[in-house]
Amino acid sequence: MKAILTLTFVFFTAINAFSQDANSTENHLKKLPSVNLKDIKGKSVNTAALGVEGPIIISFWATWCAPCKKELNTIHELYEDWQAETGVTLVAVSIDDEKTKSQVPVYVNGKAWDYMVLMDPNGDFKRAMGVNNVPHTFLIDKDGNIVYSHNNYAPGDEDKLYKELLHLSGK
Amino acid sequence: MKRFLLVSIGTFISFLSFSQGSVTGNIESTFQYLNADSIIDAKQPAQKGLLNSYMNVFYTQGNFKAGMRLESYLPRIQGYPNRFDGTGIGMRYVGYSNGFVDVTLGSFYEQFGSGLSFRAYEDRALGYDNMMDGVRIVVRPTSGLVLKGVYGTQRLSFQGGSIIHGAGIVRGIDGEFHLNEGIKKMNEFPLDVVLGASFVSKYQEDNNPDLILPQNVGTYGGRVKLRYKNFYGDMEYVQKEQDPSNDNNYIYNYGHASVFNLSYTKKGLGILVSGKSVDNMSYRSDRTKDLQDVFINYLPSLNKTHTYNLVATLYPYATQPMGEVAYQTDVLYTFKKGTKLGGKYGTTIGGNFSTTYRPQRSTAGINPLDSTGVTYTCKPFHASDSMYWQDINFNITKKINKKFSTILSFYSIKINNDVVKISNDAHGIIHANIGVGEFSYKFNTKHSLRTEIQGLFVQKENGLIKDKGNWATLLLEYSISPGWFFSFMNQYNYGNPDVNKRVNYPILTCGYVRDATRFTVSYGRQRAGLFCVGGVCRFVPASNGLTLSFTQSF
Repeated sequence: MKAILTLTFVFFTAINAFSQDANSTENHLKKLPSVNLKDIKGKSVNTAALGVEGPIIISFWATWCAPCKKELNTIHELYEDWQAETGVTLVAVSIDDEKTKSQVPVYVNGKAWDYMVLMDPNGDFKRAMGVNNVPHTFLIDKDGNIVYSHNNYAPGDEDKLYKELLHLSGK
Repeated sequence: MKRFLLVSIGTFISFLSFSQGSVTGNIESTFQYLNADSIIDAKQPAQKGLLNSYMNVFYTQGNFKAGMRLESYLPRIQGYPNRFDGTGIGMRYVGYSNGFVDVTLGSFYEQFGSGLSFRAYEDRALGYDNMMDGVRIVVRPTSGLVLKGVYGTQRLSFQGGSIIHGAGIVRGIDGEFHLNEGIKKMNEFPLDVVLGASFVSKYQEDNNPDLILPQNVGTYGGRVKLRYKNFYGDMEYVQKEQDPSNDNNYIYNYGHASVFNLSYTKKGLGILVSGKSVDNMSYRSDRTKDLQDVFINYLPSLNKTHTYNLVATLYPYATQPMGEVAYQTDVLYTFKKGTKLGGKYGTTIGGNFSTTYRPQRSTAGINPLDSTGVTYTCKPFHASDSMYWQDINFNITKKINKKFSTILSFYSIKINNDVVKISNDAHGIIHANIGVGEFSYKFNTKHSLRTEIQGLFVQKENGLIKDKGNWATLLLEYSISPGWFFSFMNQYNYGNPDVNKRVNYPILTCGYVRDATRFTVSYGRQRAGLFCVGGVCRFVPASNGLTLSFTQSF
C-alpha cells in the first residue's frame, strides 16, 4: 500500500512537471475522455474520435431507466429539426450490462431512434465521464469540449438543452 | 500511512490545479437519520446518523492516466454490506495508453466476453465492488483485434479505511477478433463475424486438512457473434475445472455456462429470444466465501429489469449461480404516426416473457460417495420441471395529445420462494399479478405532473391469503424544469392477512438539480425487502427517517 502511494506521488509529480510546458493561457475546458466502446452493430468506436462534425449530445441511458427513455423519446420527435438547425448528432450511450444489453437493439429499433447508439456494458465511459446516475446528458462542442451537462430528466429539460445547443451554434 | 495518504492527496490536488490535462470525476454523499418504528420493526442505530461518501478523480494528459476513489463510511448507511468502515482510498491506478497498447497498474475494472468467465465491476447502489488490483494490459495489434491480459487480486471489502483483498490470485487472457474490421477482403462482406476466446485461472492455497483441493482452477471458453442484415445472433460457452467450494459443498464436478441471443430488428420492430444454461458456475477467488464476495465471473439473471416500485422490489429474482436454465423473449413494436392504431404520435406496444428452471441433474452410473467427488452429471439446456421463476408482461405507451401521455402495464410473476428466498411468510410458488397505470400531464413548458397507480394482487392458495397479500402504490411527482421536483409515494399493504400489518409506507421527496449537481431530501418509511440490480440482490431492512443525498459530476 505504502509503495503504491509513494509511486502515485512520484508519478503525479512527474506529470506535474511535464504539464508546466503546456500552454497555460489556453482556456481550460474539459475534453471528452478517450474510451474504446462498440456501437450497437458491434463496430469499434473511440469516444474521443466519434467521427462526426458539429456539436454532439451525449446521453447516458439504460433500458431499465424510465426517465432516460422519456428524455430520448421526447428528443426523438424534435431530432430532425435540431439536426437541420444545428447539425447536432445525438449519441445515446447505453449502460445496460450483460443482463439487459441484448434488449438495447430491440428498444432502439422498436422505437425507431435515429441516434448513434454506443454500448458501455462495464461502465468504462460512464466512470470516465463522472456519471453518478442516469439519465445524464452532456453537450459537446465541435472541438470535443464538454460545455454543458445535466443530471436528471423532467419534461421541459429538452428546452434548456435546445437553448444551450442554439447558443453553441451561435444562433 | 496516514501521512503518505495526505501527501498523496495534497499533491494530487495541487497538480490538478496546475496541469493542462483533463480531469473528470464525481462525488456522491448520502446521509441518513433514522428513527425507531416498532410498527415496521425498524431499529434506530446507536449512532442515529449514518453517512456514505465517495469521490472519484480521473486524470488524463496525453497518453498518461491516473485516478483514485476516496470512500468514507461513518458508519455505512442502512442495508449496505456490513464489512465497510472507515475513510480511505478505495481504488487507485496509474496507466499509459496509446492506440496500440493500454497498460494499467493498480485498480481496474474489466470484462471478458459476456462475463461468464470474468467480470470485475462496481455497482455502488448495491455496495458491490469486485475490482481487480494488479496489472492489466490491452493490446490492439491490428484493426479489429483486441487482446487483453489481467493479473491481480480482488477487492473483498473495505475496512478501517483500507482495501481488503481476497485470498486468491486471478489471472486471465482474452482475445476478440472482428473479422470484417481486421480482414480487408471482408470489409464489405454482408455477414459480420466476431470470434473470441478467453482463459481465466485462479490460485488459492489448499489449506484444508481433510481434502486435496485444486490450488489452480481454470475457466475457459469461446464465443461467436454473427450479424446478417437485420438478423443478429451470438453465443458463448465456458467450462470451469474442478472447483470444490463452500458454494457447491466441495464437490469435484466441472461447471459450465452458456448463453445465446437471437434477434431480428428493423425500424419500428424489435424481437429477441435469449437462453442461458448454468451449472456449478460459482467462481470466486476465495472458495470459502459466499453472498456477493469475490466473484470472478458474472452470471446475471435472464429477465427484464423492471422499474415500477411494486414489480421491481417485492418479488425480484436473484440469479442462482449453482445452476439454472432460463429463456426469455422480448418484443417491441411501434405503430406508425398517422395510422389507425398509431394515432397522431405513434403507439408503442411491448411484451416480455421469461422463465427459469432448475437444471436436470442425473446420477445414473455415478456413486456420489466414491473418491472422485463427482456427484452428478448435467447437460447444457437440460431443464427439470422445477420452476424457479416466470414473468409475463405487456405494456402500451401512448401519447394522447401535446400535454397528456400514458403508459399502461401488466405483469404476471411466479417466483419459487423455496429456492429464491424472498419472504419468510410463504412456501412454494408465489403468484402475483400487477397492474400499473402511469399518467403524465404537462401544464406548460416547465411544469408537469406524473402519477403512477399500482396494484399488486397475490393469488390465494386453498382460499388462504399468501405471503403478505395485496399491495397498492400511489406516486405523485411534480416537476419544474430544469431545477425542482417534489414527489410523494405511498405503498399500502392493505391485503396483509395479519390486520396489524396493514401498514402504509409514505415517503416524501424533494430534489433540486442544477447542471451536474443534484440534491435530494426524503423523509418517510421504507419497507424491508430485497434490493436488486441485475439479479444481484442485497437485503435492506425496514427504515423510518430522513435521507439526504448529494451528487456532483465534474
